[in-house]
Amino acid sequence: MIGHALHDALDAAGPQAGHIVHLWWLTVAICTAVFAAVMAALVVALKRAPRAQAGDPPDVSSLTRAEPTLFRAVTAAVAASAVLLMVLLVASIATDRAIASLPGEGALHIEVTGHQWWWAVHYDDAQLDRVFDTANEIHVPVGRPVIVSLESADVIHSFWVPNLHGKKDLIPGHTTSISLRADKPGIYRGQCAEFCGLQHAFMAFEVVASPPAEYEAWAQAQRRPAAEPSDAQAQHGKELFMSGTCMLCHAIDGTTAGARMAPNLTHVASRRTLAAGTLENTPQNLAAWILDPQKAKPGAQMPAHPLDGSDLGALVAYLETLK
Amino acid sequence: MTADAALLERTWADRPGFAGWLAAVDHKSIGKRFIVTAFCFFVAGGLLAALMRAQLARPDNKLVGPDLYNQLFTMHGSTMMFLFAVPVMEAMAVYLVPLMVGARAIAFPRMNAYAYWIYLFGGLMLYVAFFLKVGPDAGWFSYVPLAGPEYGVGKRSDFWAQLITFTEVSGLLVSIVIITTIFKLRAPGMTLDRLPLFVWAMLVTSFMVLFAMPSVMLASTMLIMDRLVGTQFYNPAAGGDAILWQHLFWFFGHPEVYFIFIPGLGFLSMLISTFSRRPVFGYPAMVLSLVATGFLSFGLWVHHMFATNVPELGKSFFTAMSMMIAIPSAVQIFCWLATLLTGRLNMKTPLLFALGFFFILVIGGLTGVLLGSVPLDLQVHDTYFVVAHLHYVLIGGAVFPLFGAWYYWFPKFTGRLMGERLGRWNFWLFFVGFNVAFWPMHHLGLQGMPRRVYTYSAEMGWGTLNLISTLGAFTIAASVLLFVINAVTSLRRGTPASANPWGAGTLEWATASPPPSCNFVELPVVRARDPLWDPAAEPGSPRRVQGLAEDTREVLVTTLMEARPDHRMASPAPTPWPFWSAVATAVMFVGSIFTPWAVVWGSIPIAIAVIAWFWPTRAETRKSLEREKQPALP
Amino acid sequence: MRNAAIACLAALALAAACEREARRIDTGMPPVKSAGPRQGTLQPGVPGKGITASAGPLYQEGNALYVATGKRLFRWYNCNGCHASGGGSYGPALTDATWIYGSSPENIHETIAGGRPNGMPSFRGRIPDEQVWQLVAYVRSLGGFVAKDVTSARGDSLGVVDK
Repeated sequence: MIGHALHDALDAAGPQAGHIVHLWWLTVAICTAVFAAVMAALVVALKRAPRAQAGDPPDVSSLTRAEPTLFRAVTAAVAASAVLLMVLLVASIATDRAIASLPGEGALHIEVTGHQWWWAVHYDDAQLDRVFDTANEIHVPVGRPVIVSLESADVIHSFWVPNLHGKKDLIPGHTTSISLRADKPGIYRGQCAEFCGLQHAFMAFEVVASPPAEYEAWAQAQRRPAAEPSDAQAQHGKELFMSGTCMLCHAIDGTTAGARMAPNLTHVASRRTLAAGTLENTPQNLAAWILDPQKAKPGAQMPAHPLDGSDLGALVAYLETLK
Repeated sequence: MTADAALLERTWADRPGFAGWLAAVDHKSIGKRFIVTAFCFFVAGGLLAALMRAQLARPDNKLVGPDLYNQLFTMHGSTMMFLFAVPVMEAMAVYLVPLMVGARAIAFPRMNAYAYWIYLFGGLMLYVAFFLKVGPDAGWFSYVPLAGPEYGVGKRSDFWAQLITFTEVSGLLVSIVIITTIFKLRAPGMTLDRLPLFVWAMLVTSFMVLFAMPSVMLASTMLIMDRLVGTQFYNPAAGGDAILWQHLFWFFGHPEVYFIFIPGLGFLSMLISTFSRRPVFGYPAMVLSLVATGFLSFGLWVHHMFATNVPELGKSFFTAMSMMIAIPSAVQIFCWLATLLTGRLNMKTPLLFALGFFFILVIGGLTGVLLGSVPLDLQVHDTYFVVAHLHYVLIGGAVFPLFGAWYYWFPKFTGRLMGERLGRWNFWLFFVGFNVAFWPMHHLGLQGMPRRVYTYSAEMGWGTLNLISTLGAFTIAASVLLFVINAVTSLRRGTPASANPWGAGTLEWATASPPPSCNFVELPVVRARDPLWDPAAEPGSPRRVQGLAEDTREVLVTTLMEARPDHRMASPAPTPWPFWSAVATAVMFVGSIFTPWAVVWGSIPIAIAVIAWFWPTRAETRKSLEREKQPALP
Repeated sequence: MRNAAIACLAALALAAACEREARRIDTGMPPVKSAGPRQGTLQPGVPGKGITASAGPLYQEGNALYVATGKRLFRWYNCNGCHASGGGSYGPALTDATWIYGSSPENIHETIAGGRPNGMPSFRGRIPDEQVWQLVAYVRSLGGFVAKDVTSARGDSLGVVDK
């Protein structure tokens, strides 16, 4: 959690998480009452029942004599349990329906693809020039429903932003989807919730919910291709990027780099985090990450790049221009 | 010792020496080995867990890297589920069921021995692989494609899949052994409604095993084939499906939880009855609940998959089932409470563990109701909340009753009582340590800590709760160590136990502690649910079975419902061939991890060993022919 | 007897395991910097000539992760674009017995690093040398030079049904 990203299932920021929190407290209340009742019965039993030794003769009178009081008590307790379970069942199904019926008018469509161990994010639109790609950071306008289509490029992942909604798996060969709505502006941390290999622990992302105007400004900026670097150092960095390993896996829109194996870097400098929500996005962290990604995320699929100081500086300077 | 007893001992004893040890078929020898082996795997799995807890004790810890951590939790889960929990319940049944139903021997004793060896070899294979750094690393559930040929690199997942084959072969065989013993070898008069509740529990469990395990064997065989010979069962690109694995796995995986839990319920009924000095209240309700749990447990599996594409109506069905299964458990808990309330309590360690069950299992059961609800599950699924829940259920529902059972039957196994003082320490440390270790995980899950992460960053704020949890885990370790010390010292210096040290009512307490090789010198005739508490022996009715040969291994087969004597049957003699068959089977299983041809050449030694196993000896044939001509009447 | 059996099993597993399963993820791959793309000097039909690199201890075609990484890079660097999962289209097939520039690890390394006339680009200096060697190991596995228990029986990738 970098900065002030929220990550808590009980602190709802959207209608779905809100419904779940209500159901949660109802269920917890009923369960606590049941637990207290059972424990009370146990304590009473322990207090009331006399003590005995192994040698004492057993009381087998129950074999020949009915125990109507006990029978009634047990029956009543079972009936009460069944009624409470019924209440929970109805509440659960009602909540499920409420969650599923998020009105979808004017929804924003986002496609998220899970990779080992990062998230590719594609903003869809009917107008082709409004489509754009980013990674590991999802911006959404407050109050507008978002339909996220989920796919996986390799193994099963699970998309989870606890403050907004429950989980949905990303399954190779299936397309799933989840609908969200953030009602409060804020930064909500998301995390892969299905074990997906070595760096499952650090496969995070962030959902940034901002007022519609702010969101539109961000999206507009994201749609622009990368700007040409102005100073010589950044220019050298770009040459390194395009002639070295980087462009074989990464894409920067507006340049010749168009690979989709690794996160799209067109506006990498505008993002809050690096390495799928793992590191704060600072030039120092970026340089360290390029030098040896294995240090922060052992097993990550990006190779190390032992650039010397000036080359590294140039590359970082170039990437920092990608606002 | 009477002459009869000496003769019976000669007839039924396993052979002496190491060769005799390998050839043993006595269910008590096999059962004890089974229990000790399963306990060793419990300790091994516990040590793996301790290492995991040490790694998670503080954020950004570098003690264990992701590669090893993934192997640790996979090994921990696989060990506890496949090498400890299920086998140990079967092991207890292998030892106790024939005694409880008043039989001279278990049904199919050689198959029983074979099942043990297969289990042992499977477990050893897994640990050899782990120490060679080929430990499986895709989780105990081995979801494809992470465990598939492309992403599950190397032979790691093959060892896991083959472990499944080993343990399932063993589990299926033991189930058949137990079902047959219960159905056909009961003492005369032990009608089905007089079965001890533990025996009922094992009957239900064994049937569940028969129906659930083929599903995972199929799934893991398909996985091996995908990995070894390139079939496409789970490859979506070629028309396979990754979700198919999840359905097949959980169709087994959820009942599996219950075949760990149901024997625990069986133990509890026995403990509570003995230590409340009265029969359990509501025997018919208890039996029906066990059976109902068995059936319902097959309708829950999708609640492990709510986050995949499940249709709404389907989800509601599985939610309803998940809640419904709480009712039979509730019935049993209320019946036990009623028993405790109206009994007179003998507060010994076994009862303490039973009382610990109430606290822990009720919490685990209630969080289970929570997890059965789709919306709540979507939030807490695959977080530490689930880790907490499953340990509350499995440790509360199975391990606490199991420890109670060990204290309870230890005198029967060994002839000595376990130390009471250490027993209390053992219990309280376990109880407190358990709650300290696992309660904080509920909170961690709600704060968003996912399962199966090798570390977490300090900024997440999960450090304190994790540290507390780790301290609790080490307390549990200390408690288990006390148990080991208690068991070892009691074995040598414990108070010698009489045949029935707890004043219990079931048949296993009718014979000496430890029982003779033939189980009962005088085979009992049963007239009540708790034969040793039977107040009014009908005058003139037979108290013991007569007419079974004493110089050959002969068991009495009775009818299914009424347990009327039906016929006498020869029980097989000790032989090393089950062991050699198991060796041959293990070679084939391990070989087929590396080459499909192992299935072909590996089956030849198996065929040879199995033929030798069934080869009749002249002496046996002659004896059984003689007996058929002229039964040995008294 | 039992101990002997266990020892046999262990020995068998050990022999099979140690090389195949070693993993080096915590230290990462040792990268090699070099002077940038350069055309190779090999000629068709003269496999021994002009080799500049030799397969050192870093080259492990007996290691499962090594070969699997090569397979991933084969996809990532779009080798499929010409070699079509090893079946060949614009570029030559890699699953047959014909190796225009030789099939030894050194020769394949030279081919990948140095490039070839008529379309095979040079990867020297563009990707770490270890990745070239990983690609070599995978390419050799396509040709059947690598032990079967090291390679995967099939792929799981969704793009194409590759080997």
